[in-house]
Amino acid sequence: MPDSNTNKRSVTQLIQDYLPQIVLVPTVVAMAMYVVVFSLWTLWLSVSTSTLLPDPSFGGFGEYVALWKSKRWTVAYQNLFIFGSLYVLGALFIGTLLAILIDQRVRFEAVWRTIFLYPLAISFIVTGTVWRWIFHPQTGVELALHDMGWLSAQFNWITDRDLALYVVVITGIWHASGFAMALILAGLRAVDGDTIKAAQIDGASMARTYRRVILPSIWPIFLAVAVVLLQFAIKTYDLVVALTQGGPGVSTTVPAIVVYDLMFQRGQIAQGSAAAVMILVALAVVLIPYALYMSYRRRGEENTHG
Amino acid sequence: MAEVDTHIEFDPLSTGSLRRRITSKAIIYGLLVLFSIYYLAPLAILLMNSMRPLEDIVRTGFIDIPSSLSSQYWVEAWGTFCIGGTCEGVSRFFMNSLLMAVPATIISTVLGLINGYALSKWRFKGADILFGLITLGVFLPAQMTLLPWAFVLGSIGLSNTISGLVLIHTIQGLSFTTLFCRNYFLAVPDDLIKAARIDGAGFWRIFRRIILPLSPPIIIVTVIWQFTGIWNEFLFGTVFTSGANQPITSALVAFSGSGTGVRAYNVEAAAVIMSALPPLVIYVVGGKYFVRGLTQGAVK
Repeated sequence: MPDSNTNKRSVTQLIQDYLPQIVLVPTVVAMAMYVVVFSLWTLWLSVSTSTLLPDPSFGGFGEYVALWKSKRWTVAYQNLFIFGSLYVLGALFIGTLLAILIDQRVRFEAVWRTIFLYPLAISFIVTGTVWRWIFHPQTGVELALHDMGWLSAQFNWITDRDLALYVVVITGIWHASGFAMALILAGLRAVDGDTIKAAQIDGASMARTYRRVILPSIWPIFLAVAVVLLQFAIKTYDLVVALTQGGPGVSTTVPAIVVYDLMFQRGQIAQGSAAAVMILVALAVVLIPYALYMSYRRRGEENTHG
Repeated sequence: MAEVDTHIEFDPLSTGSLRRRITSKAIIYGLLVLFSIYYLAPLAILLMNSMRPLEDIVRTGFIDIPSSLSSQYWVEAWGTFCIGGTCEGVSRFFMNSLLMAVPATIISTVLGLINGYALSKWRFKGADILFGLITLGVFLPAQMTLLPWAFVLGSIGLSNTISGLVLIHTIQGLSFTTLFCRNYFLAVPDDLIKAARIDGAGFWRIFRRIILPLSPPIIIVTVIWQFTGIWNEFLFGTVFTSGANQPITSALVAFSGSGTGVRAYNVEAAAVIMSALPPLVIYVVGGKYFVRGLTQGAVK
C-alpha cells in the first residue's frame, strides 16, 4: 500500500516538475502544424500537378515559370514595389511631421493623437469602401466640384490606369501614418533633454535641432516602423479589394489578389501556391536581414556593456 | 527639482521673439487642424451620408450638405436590408463577427498569458527554440495557409462555420499573444518568483498570485490587438464562409457587389459604420493603454 502511494506521489511530482513544458504542449503542437506543416504543404503543392483539386504528385517547377511569365503577376510584383516604397516613405514622413507637431507642447495632445491614430482600428474593408466613394468621379470629389459650379473639374485618379495605384498609396498612408506617429513620438519623448538643450544653447534653430540632433538619434525607430509597414505592404489584400478590386484592368493588382484568384477563381492551385510562396520570399527578404542585424546589434551592446 | 526646471525651461520654440513664437504656434495649430480634416473626413462623410436621403446622394454625391437627416437607414441597415439572399440586414453578420471575435480573443489571450509566463519565468532547455517557432507564426502570410486550412476544416467538419474561423484565429493569434506576454513578463523581476518558490508556491500559485495581478496592462494590449485584428479580418472569412455564415467584413463586400439597379448608398454607409463601431469603441476606450503598450515594446 505505501508503495503505490509513493508511486502516485512521484507521478504528480513529475507533472509538477514539467508543468511549464506541459502547458506549452497545445501551443507548440498547434504552431508546429501551422508554421511548419502548413508551409511545407503549400510549398509542396506549388511543385505538384494540382489544378482544380490538390494532387500530391510531383510536377516540377513549371508553375513558377508560368507565374513569372504571366503579365498579371509581373505587374502585381511591380505594383508591390511602387506601392510598398511610397506607402512606407509617405507614412514615415507624415508620421514624423505629426509627431514633431504634437511634440511642441500643444494643448489637447490626447485629442490630436486619438484623431491621427483611430484609422488603425478601422478595417481595410471600411477604409477602402469610404475612400472609393471619395475618389470615384460619380460619387466623390469630382461630382462635388461640378456641383459647386466648377464644371470642368476632373478628379478621376481611381478610374485612371496610370494613377489608380496612387489612390491605394494615399489610402494606405491614411491608415498607417498614425501608427508611425505614435512610435516616433514615443521616441522623441525618450531623447535626452540635455543633448537638445546643448544644441539650443549653441544657437541651433528648432528645425535644425530636429534635423541634425533629435531625428538622427532615433533612427532605429524609423527602421523598426519601416520593417513593420513593409510587412503590411507585402501582405496587402483587403484594402485593394475594397478600393479598386485590382483595377482598372490590372493596374492596382497586388500579389495577394493573384494568389486568391488563382486558387479559388481559376482553379490553378499549384500556380496559386507558387504565388503564395513568392509572397513568403518577399517577406523573408525584408525580415531576415532585419532579424540578423538586430541580433548583431544586441550582441554588440552586450559586449560594450560587459 | 533641478531636473524638472530644466525640462520646463526647454521649449523648442522659446528661441525666437514673442512675435515669432506666436506665428510658430499658429502654424503648428493650423497644420494640426489640416491633418485632422484629412483623418476625420472619411468618418464624417460616412456619418452624414448614413442619414441622408438617397436622392440627395445620387444627385450630388457623398460630399455635400444634407437637405434632411433621418435615422431610418440605420434601422434598415441593421434589420431589414437584403444582402446575398437574406433580408435581415447586417445584424446577423454582426452577431457572427461577435461570436467569432469574442471566443477567439479570450482563448488566445488566456493561452498567451500562460505561455508567456512559462517561457519567461520557467526557463528550460529549448525554451528559446520553442519561442522562435511560435514567433514565426506572426510573420507567416495567410496565403501560405489557405489550402491546408481548407483541408483541415473540411476533414474535421468545420467548413463554412464560425467555429472554424474561431479555430483559425485562435491558432494564428497564439503567436502574437505569446510574443506580447512573454516580452512583458521578462520585465517582472525573477527574484519575486524565486522568493515565492522558496515559500513553496508552485507554477499555478505563482501565476495566480504574482503574475496575474501584474498583468492588466498587457491583457488590455493583447485584447485590443486580438479583438480588432479578428473583427477586421477579411480573407479567411471570405474563403471559408459564405452566405449567412459570413462575418461582417466579408458580408459588406458581398453587399456592395450584389446591388442591381440603384445602390442604397445611405443604408450601405450605415452598415459600414456598424461594422467599424466595435473596434472603434474598444480603441477609444482603451487606446491610451494600447499606445503605451505598443510604444513600450518598440522603444526599448
